[in-house]
Amino acid sequence: MMEITPAHYTILSAALFSVGLIGVLVRRNIIIIFMAIELMLNAVNINLVAYANEVENLVGQVFVVFVIAVAAAEAAVGLGIILALFRNKETVNIDEMNVMRS
Amino acid sequence: MAEALAFYTLSVLILGLAVAVITTPNTVHSVVFLVLNFLCVAVLYVFLQAEFLAVIQVLVYAGGIVVLYLFVVMLVNLGRSPEEHQDPRRLGLIGLGLSGAVLLELAGIIAYSYTREQSPPVTAAQASPVQGNIEELGWLLYTDYLIPFEVASVLLLVAMVGAIVLARRES
Amino acid sequence: MIETIVIPLLKIAVLLNAVLVSVTFMTLLERKVIAWAQSRLGPMRVGPYGVLQAIADPIKLILKEDITPVKADRMMFTLAPIISLVPALVVFAVVPFGGDELFYITDINVGLLFIISVTSIGVYGIILAGWASNSKYPLLASLRASAQLISYEIAVTMTLVSVILTAGTLSMVGIVQAQQDSGLWYGFVQPVAFVLVLIGGLAETNRAPFDMPEAEQELTGGFHTEYSGMRFALFFLAEYANMIVISAVVTVLFWGGWLRPFPSIDALAFLDLIPSWIWFFGKMFVFLYLFIWIRATLPRYRYDQLMRLGWKVLIPIAIGNIVVTGIAKVVL
Repeated sequence: MMEITPAHYTILSAALFSVGLIGVLVRRNIIIIFMAIELMLNAVNINLVAYANEVENLVGQVFVVFVIAVAAAEAAVGLGIILALFRNKETVNIDEMNVMRS
Repeated sequence: MAEALAFYTLSVLILGLAVAVITTPNTVHSVVFLVLNFLCVAVLYVFLQAEFLAVIQVLVYAGGIVVLYLFVVMLVNLGRSPEEHQDPRRLGLIGLGLSGAVLLELAGIIAYSYTREQSPPVTAAQASPVQGNIEELGWLLYTDYLIPFEVASVLLLVAMVGAIVLARRES
Repeated sequence: MIETIVIPLLKIAVLLNAVLVSVTFMTLLERKVIAWAQSRLGPMRVGPYGVLQAIADPIKLILKEDITPVKADRMMFTLAPIISLVPALVVFAVVPFGGDELFYITDINVGLLFIISVTSIGVYGIILAGWASNSKYPLLASLRASAQLISYEIAVTMTLVSVILTAGTLSMVGIVQAQQDSGLWYGFVQPVAFVLVLIGGLAETNRAPFDMPEAEQELTGGFHTEYSGMRFALFFLAEYANMIVISAVVTVLFWGGWLRPFPSIDALAFLDLIPSWIWFFGKMFVFLYLFIWIRATLPRYRYDQLMRLGWKVLIPIAIGNIVVTGIAKVVL
């Protein structure tokens, strides 16, 4: 219990990932869903950094840099889409965004 | 001892703040909890000897991306709560159950892989010609991972153009 | 035990008190300098030449009634001033005030990036203050302020890249030592970057001529219109602490930190008799005075002019500076 192994970090990461997943599946506010996705990305990052530290190989950290870059791109485009949708439909509830459903 | 104490404190904070993010009714409060969560994750990176990533986490995530969220939350200022409309076909409970199942599955995988005998350790990367966390990271980024790095920068450029096109009001 | 816990804690306590006390005297200095610039006397009543005004002002702010608007979001309304003050104070952990290890709390290998990233948290204080007040002028001001801060943060960070390229390190102590080795303050090596960081620093601290977030004529009082008493004082403290941070950073990066002028010329070695921390505080004071002087001299920018300056002038120059620095580094 007292010694922190990579398993501890993996468990923390799995729990954080599940919390993010609950947010995506249960909440209906699309901005909250986006934030939950960021939580899941962070869970993955924790894993990568923990194992990069364990095997003393920095490649894991390089991947975290890429994840952060992609998250920034995703946030910019995603929030742009949210703004465009909000202008058309006056809502951020994903249940009301069903124009594609027949 | 000190490391364990710090790890458990941070874990509780990270998980608690994550739960707060997805349960708070007020979106602005959620965004603030998200920032605090990212700051705690940055502290965790410092413990894992990834100082550069810790600083980048604060600079890009907490100082950049989440500010964007806060802007959007303020711009889409709703008169009514977005959670009011409830689609009757929505299966929230099943979603909750599925998430629990994923957590169980992940825990099972971790438990299984640690009760098995240890796999042979991964060989460490060949000695880098430079010393220090930032220097080595930069060396890797600009040698072995040069093409992914450039692709990532093109992706950011494309995302920037895309975001501007999407957010622009047609006149 | 004493080495790792007691001494750093003592240093932190001394530093925090020094910052807070110097902020109160900064307000007095500002009032006096602006008064002299306008041929007035400034505060004269409290103590000789109004020196004790610096004590009277905080006492007044502490004793004032602390009002929370009825429609405000209570939690965020209280949190916002704290969020804007804490980053400004945390940054001092990595500022080296002198050459000896006694004069800085810590020297980390990502020092400069640490300063940039921690100051970027301060913008939340402003946005949340405007939003939590639930009032239209603070909200408008906070949106303006955050757009301004983020834009100029990009410009300043881009500019600092060229300084990092020249020094080859991110550690604040390392940057000063690099200047000692090259025998030249980076203000002479990177004059363009020096000017850009000064302009960007003015904008990031919301100081005149870029004090759009608190333009009284347009926005009544800016993002802290609804604040009073001690919570208002915290915003005030944050602004002045940020000024001190910017002055310290500019001193370290461009004016050689604690080094004497022309550290490579032996004929000036007698200047080393003056302790290093006096050099540092002297240089810092020059920049603090410059900030006040600019406020007394220049009129306020218009908002669109400000954004144009940031995005169309400063950022392209900063990128050009990085390219030139890189080429010079390879060629020389």
